[in-house]
Amino acid sequence: MNPKLKAEILHDEYRKKLTRENRTVRSFQLLIFIAFLSLWEASSRIELIDPLLFSAPSKVWNLFLDKLADGSLAANLGITLTETVVGFLLGTLLGTLLAAALWWSPMLSRILDPYLVIMNAMPKVALGPILIVALGPTLTSIVAMGAIISVIITTIVVYTAFREVEPNYLKVLRTVGASRYHCFREAVLPASFPTIISTLKVNVGLSWVGVIVGEFLASAKGLGYMIIYGFQVFDFTLVLLSLLIIAVFATLMYQGVELLEKKLIKNN
Amino acid sequence: MEFLTLSNIHHIYFTKTSATTAIKDINLEIAKGEFISILGPSGSGKTTLLSIIAGLIQPTEGRLLLDGHPPGSGHQGIGYMLQEDYLFPWKTIEENILLGPKITGTLDASTREKAILLLEQMGLRNVLSSYPKELSGGMRQRVALVRTLVTDPKLLLLDEPFSAIDYQTKLKLEDLVSSTLKHFQKTAILVTHDIGEAIAMSDRIVMISPLPGTIHKIFEVPAELRDISPFMARQHPFFNEFFQTIWKELESLESKT
Repeated sequence: MNPKLKAEILHDEYRKKLTRENRTVRSFQLLIFIAFLSLWEASSRIELIDPLLFSAPSKVWNLFLDKLADGSLAANLGITLTETVVGFLLGTLLGTLLAAALWWSPMLSRILDPYLVIMNAMPKVALGPILIVALGPTLTSIVAMGAIISVIITTIVVYTAFREVEPNYLKVLRTVGASRYHCFREAVLPASFPTIISTLKVNVGLSWVGVIVGEFLASAKGLGYMIIYGFQVFDFTLVLLSLLIIAVFATLMYQGVELLEKKLIKNN
Repeated sequence: MEFLTLSNIHHIYFTKTSATTAIKDINLEIAKGEFISILGPSGSGKTTLLSIIAGLIQPTEGRLLLDGHPPGSGHQGIGYMLQEDYLFPWKTIEENILLGPKITGTLDASTREKAILLLEQMGLRNVLSSYPKELSGGMRQRVALVRTLVTDPKLLLLDEPFSAIDYQTKLKLEDLVSSTLKHFQKTAILVTHDIGEAIAMSDRIVMISPLPGTIHKIFEVPAELRDISPFMARQHPFFNEFFQTIWKELESLESKT
């Protein structure tokens, strides 16, 4: 047989094997999803679990359609999503800027070191009541919650990445007369993009926590409010609906970050 | 007039618990266009000396004159090549070789053209938009050489630039670097622990004894070896004889410490 043809046949087989494997993974993922929903629905119907507490997929779905129809879901989702995205961007940006300042001035970093440790160890959501009183029970204080929860950990992780940049890259730059600013822009920042991206992934989750807790504390709108309201009137279908929607949109944000990763890190 | 003069260079590294003298009493004069090798066992402060000449660290004591002037910090006119290529993996080859002009603010159409021409002279075509990891080690080191030469340095510092590549590529690169430097009439200092490389490439060999690094002896490479390419020099009958001389000297150094 022609060796070139043989290679092509083998390649075809290899590709088919890959597709087969992919299909298996996908079908099992779908199977788990369907099994979970059916089990949930069935056990709720035969009252194996308390339907008042755990509701049922069909009830959640019906509520979803109702809330969609009267427009309240879109309104609440819009508010929470805005707060989360703004809080997330703000937290990451401020954290990276602070990390840059620490890298710029080793003295500053030495001075601030214990304060960073303390602020990182402190549970940020505990600041919620103070923020709400200081900034008012508005969008601002909830965005602040979403940002504050991620800013310190971003600073610490990104600063560590800045410091671990291969010193020989800086040597190359300094021999051609690069300033500290050049070093930062040409080597330190781009070399740290992978780390910054992975903190973004962590921050997606953190910002949701900050915003939902913020809405628990002081809000008459948003998904966090829907959860706390559902809890107060004992409507757990509403709570579960909000939770599922949060899960969907948190996943979408995460996918967005992965898309950004592909764009930003070209040399992979 | 000498091109580079080192007088009484002395350097001490400080840590909380110790002060280590890395190099002391270094006096050396290098003429324009000369190729010098600094040979010595590891820990003899070779890289420290190179960093001082490059202006990356200030010597604790001593004076340095390059072309009659004390080189200020971050000065131009010096090109530095490292053990590995250290091409920036997130930049294309074109962006990598134009890094120097970009930083000094001299990037325009003519420097760009010059850089691309230089790349072609090194036998690298169609790589401008590639990323470093798509190139082999030897190609990458050639790109690094272009990046170093693009800023048109008066003095080239080579810190074991051939140590991380395979033997065959290394022999080819030695020839390439040697002919390129001769062509542009560059002064160069090569740091190495490879005796053969030092003999094949240089005009003079400065042997450093370790702890602290001082100049032990300076060897003149025979004219017969100087005037031919490094690869030819390695085949020359004088090569082995000279190799033995230097080998014995290095041995005596090591037995002393």
